[in-house]
Amino acid sequence: MFLRMILKTLARQKSKMLMIAFTVVLGVSLSTAMINVMLGVGDKVNRELKVYGANINVKHKDAAIMGELYGLGVNDKFLYEEDALKLKTIFWGFNIIDFAPILESKIILTAPGKNLRAEVPINGTWIEKHAILQTGEELNTGLRALRTWWDVKGEWISENEADLNSVMIGNSLASKYNINVGDALRLSSNNGVVKNVIVKGIYNDGGNADEAVLTNLTTAQELLNLSGKISSIEVSALTTPDNDLARKAAQNPSSLSAEEYETWYCTAYVSAICHQIQEVVRDGVARAVRQVAESEGTILNKTTLLMILITILSSIGSALAISNLITASVIERSQELGLLKALGAYNYQIILLVLAEVMLTGLAGGIVGYFLGIAFAQIIGQTVFGSYIEIAQVVILIVGIILFLVTIAGSIPAIRYLMALKPTEVLHGK
Amino acid sequence: MPILELKNVSKIYGSLRALSDINLSVNAGDWLSIMGPSGSGKTTMINIIGCMDTPSTGSVILDGVDISKENAANLTRIRRDKIGLIFQQFHLISYLTAVENVMIAQYYHSMPDEAEAMEALEKVGLRERAHHLPAQLSGGEQQRVCIARALINSPQILLGDEPTGNLDEENEGIVVDIFRRLHDEGVTIIIVTHDPEVGDVAQRKIILEHGKVIQDIDQSATFGEALKLKSKG
Repeated sequence: MFLRMILKTLARQKSKMLMIAFTVVLGVSLSTAMINVMLGVGDKVNRELKVYGANINVKHKDAAIMGELYGLGVNDKFLYEEDALKLKTIFWGFNIIDFAPILESKIILTAPGKNLRAEVPINGTWIEKHAILQTGEELNTGLRALRTWWDVKGEWISENEADLNSVMIGNSLASKYNINVGDALRLSSNNGVVKNVIVKGIYNDGGNADEAVLTNLTTAQELLNLSGKISSIEVSALTTPDNDLARKAAQNPSSLSAEEYETWYCTAYVSAICHQIQEVVRDGVARAVRQVAESEGTILNKTTLLMILITILSSIGSALAISNLITASVIERSQELGLLKALGAYNYQIILLVLAEVMLTGLAGGIVGYFLGIAFAQIIGQTVFGSYIEIAQVVILIVGIILFLVTIAGSIPAIRYLMALKPTEVLHGK
Repeated sequence: MPILELKNVSKIYGSLRALSDINLSVNAGDWLSIMGPSGSGKTTMINIIGCMDTPSTGSVILDGVDISKENAANLTRIRRDKIGLIFQQFHLISYLTAVENVMIAQYYHSMPDEAEAMEALEKVGLRERAHHLPAQLSGGEQQRVCIARALINSPQILLGDEPTGNLDEENEGIVVDIFRRLHDEGVTIIIVTHDPEVGDVAQRKIILEHGKVIQDIDQSATFGEALKLKSKG
């Protein structure tokens, strides 16, 4: 009888129920899209922010301490080039998008036929290194992916053997000494090694690097007689925004309880990734480049907050619209519902009847809204990030709970009206 | 033995006394008419007897239980178990068939039983119309469905608020005839009416004015004859 009444009421009140379902479709689709985007946006925003370069820097521990305490550069403490590839073996190795070992020093720059002799910084690095890990996994990494904003005149140097005698130079250095693409230069180190090179490209970094010469790592190692040695590693990793646990761990991981440690270690906090890097890089100290890491966290948090706000506002909007529609429907049916009370229905039985009608309508709207929301999420993913948003199954549960709460909240005014409804007021035509 | 007693019952709305110090006793199996002009307190009285309202003062004893101080949930239970309601405007649910309208009362009382609901419709001569919607029934037929619904849970009192008010003379006669048969079966009938002819067919008639019983008329002597005349329509 209960079901028969519900189905017949739904059929009779088609237009009102369709309005309620439509409201639910709008609210649920927006919530589904926002929550899916919110859950999938972390990596995407992170990837977008990777254009701003590395967010972790690994140095020799002595160099790091001298730099942090006294602001001094230390030139005689080195890491091992072979340790760089170990970065991909850490627990969060998959989150390390790009990295580049760098050997920094100074060399004497001269040019045949030009009145040029200057001591300038030299950075040797992997430009576009192709490597095969011990696991068999193939890898492409290097500085080129970490300097996507560089404006290069001429060409990038490559890892090819032919480019071992090619260099790139910063545009400040090029302007200062009137060096152009194709010019021949001579690089001399303090230990007497000399290399004749050709300028293949001039880059504009916007920072101190514009004063330097950039070579392949091998070229720099040969020139400086530091085979297998590097000064630092720049790392670009996908990270989770810091919270209190991450901040506590960043200060002192040993202060964490076993449970906290496990949580921290298994979350992609920048401090956890730094900690794991230090476990594989001999004598290395990994430090977050705070400006980049914090900007990523801030942007991610704000994006997430925006999505949550949109979800909350759309839910409130749906609840208000549902509330109006249900209340109007109940007022319209007050004689019928008053009759049920007169026939012996308790308040809860009538409320249950109305809620069941609304819930069934809401469920139908919710199912349609969910799939529409998935489509919205994909449109957002394609439009904003140029890729699909992964659909999280947990969204079904979250949206289900939101739908339930919104429907209940929207029904409250109608429930209050039903509680106060007196059969005597509606059955005597008064 | 009285099945219903009203002792010094008053109902006050602000400065208005809808009922004033009413005393009334109705025996099981009685047929009582309540008459009076508009605003005399008839509907208020039927609301109180029908457990849809409570008196401001005084007590209402229904089947030995004082219902004047009961809360809304208890009044609902008592109404469901002991009272059958008939309304002037029928109040059938428009999207349910005649038999489903009867089953609704069963559903909120105990359990729907279609066979039993069909029997109730047969009693009022509507078995053939059981699967019609209210809109497909005449006014008289709708009121008979309403009576079947009121009777389905075997109430101790059948309470009618102008049950013939919207009916033509022929249907009025049919409805009165049904009341006669129910009275013969021992059902207690209390009817509020404006219609003197319907009021006259009862065993007893009380007349209200300004919330007070101004006449309490025993019609036992003329009961059978008046009923016979009216039932013929």
